[in-house]
Amino acid sequence: MFPKGTKRKFSDSGEEPVSSGDQVPAAPSVATRSLTSSYSLQRQSLLDMSLIKLQLCHMLVEPNLCRSVLIANTVRQIQEEMTQDGTWQIMTQALAAAQCPTDRLVATEVLCRQTDAAAQAGQSPKPFSVGGLEEGYHAEEVVMEGDVETEVTMSTLAPVSPQLSSASYLAGPFVMGPCWDEDEEEEEEEEEEEDGECEEDEEDDSEDCVSEGEEADRDHLSPDSRTGEQVFGTFEIKHPAPPPDPALEELFSDVDPSYYDLDTVLTGMQSAPKMGPYDLLESLSSHGPTALSSSSSCRSDLNELDHIMEIIVGS
Amino acid sequence: MKCFSRYLPYLFRPPSTILSSTCHTEADIISTVEFNSSGELLATGDKGGRVVVFQREQESKSQPQRRGEYNVYSTFQSHEPEFDYLKSLEIEEKINKIKWLPQQNAAYFLLSTNDKTVKLWKISERDKRPEGYNLKDDDGRIRDPSTITSLRVPVLQPMDLMVEATARRVFSNAHTYHINSISVNSDLQTYISTDDLRVNLWNLEITDRSFNIVDIKPANMEELTEVITSAEFHPQQCHTFAYSSSKGSIRLCDMREAALCDRHCKYFEEPEDPSTRSFFSEIISSISDVKFSHNGRYLMTRDYLTVKVWDLQMENKPLETYQVHDYLRGKLCSLYENDCIFDKFECVWNGSDSVIMTGSYNNFFRMFDRNTKRDVTLEASRENSKPRAILKPRKVCVGGKRRKDEISVDSLDFSKKILHTTWHPHENIIAVAATNNLYIFQDKVN
Repeated sequence: MFPKGTKRKFSDSGEEPVSSGDQVPAAPSVATRSLTSSYSLQRQSLLDMSLIKLQLCHMLVEPNLCRSVLIANTVRQIQEEMTQDGTWQIMTQALAAAQCPTDRLVATEVLCRQTDAAAQAGQSPKPFSVGGLEEGYHAEEVVMEGDVETEVTMSTLAPVSPQLSSASYLAGPFVMGPCWDEDEEEEEEEEEEEDGECEEDEEDDSEDCVSEGEEADRDHLSPDSRTGEQVFGTFEIKHPAPPPDPALEELFSDVDPSYYDLDTVLTGMQSAPKMGPYDLLESLSSHGPTALSSSSSCRSDLNELDHIMEIIVGS
Repeated sequence: MKCFSRYLPYLFRPPSTILSSTCHTEADIISTVEFNSSGELLATGDKGGRVVVFQREQESKSQPQRRGEYNVYSTFQSHEPEFDYLKSLEIEEKINKIKWLPQQNAAYFLLSTNDKTVKLWKISERDKRPEGYNLKDDDGRIRDPSTITSLRVPVLQPMDLMVEATARRVFSNAHTYHINSISVNSDLQTYISTDDLRVNLWNLEITDRSFNIVDIKPANMEELTEVITSAEFHPQQCHTFAYSSSKGSIRLCDMREAALCDRHCKYFEEPEDPSTRSFFSEIISSISDVKFSHNGRYLMTRDYLTVKVWDLQMENKPLETYQVHDYLRGKLCSLYENDCIFDKFECVWNGSDSVIMTGSYNNFFRMFDRNTKRDVTLEASRENSKPRAILKPRKVCVGGKRRKDEISVDSLDFSKKILHTTWHPHENIIAVAATNNLYIFQDKVN
């Protein structure tokens, strides 16, 4: 039998061991899932990969709507499962506390809006208290749960309404303001967006609330679409990260936030708009979880392929 | 495999391709292939916006064993790269689809499309030219009218054959999203063009107007979870068409019911097998191609791992399911990482609807005989294609001991994918596009 405190291994549940292949296993029961660290690591890795792919959609010349929709659906599926497990909320809380939230904010906001005004906008100082910051994150949590409370919470934040749009982007690093649109009805959309895709809101419930907030935002922003960016710029400057919680950090040590690095992302966007997906993947530091042996072997396969191609072409 | 036990492979390449296949330019990648309705012509479109049309040689009495070969008949630049100033985006000139119109006179007509614009091209021959004008010389110089003393009637003189392609219609500004398919109606007057969210109906004569007949764009784009991947008209019923979605469903619509065909009259979807469910289930169920059978009774769909044949009378499950490369099921995560899981393979019927064909990786393509239930894997590669050589069936070994001529799953080259294939409407001649090379295989007849 197992010594006390040892978690059951995933393979003991009778299903195929995940480490042998790179196949994501068929969805086991909720109870089994929550116990299996390798499954959740694998799932996390898949989520990270999907988000990178969604981010890359912005960078390519011709965003492919079908591909973006499929990836976003995958992300939503993972998120739903994680929400069922309860791991989603834990993770967003931890990430919110452990990381510099403003980088993430600006990164996601900029990715969605395709402007770099956020970093450079003139500052109209709007004092946000640390309490306001926490409130913002409370809104984030509530948005994730999709409660009725969400609306109430958001309305209490009305005085800092530009922050609402940040909350919509704030809701986890994985939830970003959706903008599939292709500027078809320009009069309806004040924001200027690049053709196609941003990351999509994950929770259906939160979508309604968030979209209301966004629309209010849009109306609010329509006379001056820079307001939101000014706010985000201010936000970034005024509020350095709270000291990371070591316990939470350890829990999520496998999640490498470096791919949220604003510099890398922006550099990628500005300097090489036609960068292929693999270029950017390589420029971002590889994210933590390597439980998927295949992902590293796939990359090494790619490297091998490249190497072989070089040899062939060279000869 | 009765009909393809022997083959005569011919290797054709578009004339502008750099000779070495390892350093081809991206513009030479073939993006679509299509036989015309008689099989006399074969059109290819490439990423550079060019169309190359091959014509079959007339079979000569003196060499009866030598079947007609396909030679280049016409080459023209169909689409040019454009720039959308509104969105600051380039519009690719890559030809996504070519569809031939049935021949009604001496000229040939085809529709070609890139992401945004459909064009109707007329390909015609000129082998005579008029000579003997009164007011100008044969060189074209104008004659001084005062020197003309008599009148003559110009006569047509033979000249070297010239094939010219002219754009007769340009159908533009009707698609916000990327066009993925076009289909000519059996009435030969209309056609549909399909993008990710909409299907538009055009009259071939009218370029400034189209009718939107399917629109799945949600009011709030945040709610978008499904896109249209392909659409096709029924081969005989001019009021019926089908479109496939990224969620693995096919809808059959009747245009007589309403102007906007948002309500389907038939809905084909196979319930998901819970035992194989994974995070990739939806992606691999996305249908990349839908084709009606020639007799109009069946539908064929291609998703990432299978080809399915549906009976139009049975909506709840396919009639037949064929595994194309099930050995990839255990590699879905890697294929997701390198984006191969999003590859859109096409599928095609033979003339009698008894055999179906589709492509795979490593320059393999697969054929399934619906009657005998036998299948074969063949390879389109330069090394294996000596002229008049017989194509050897290939086999992928999934594990354990690998036989001498088998190839293991890990050795497959995923950059060599056969996405586009076409089958002659009457005979056993197939055209297979492998990156920038076009292979034409014929059934050897004794």
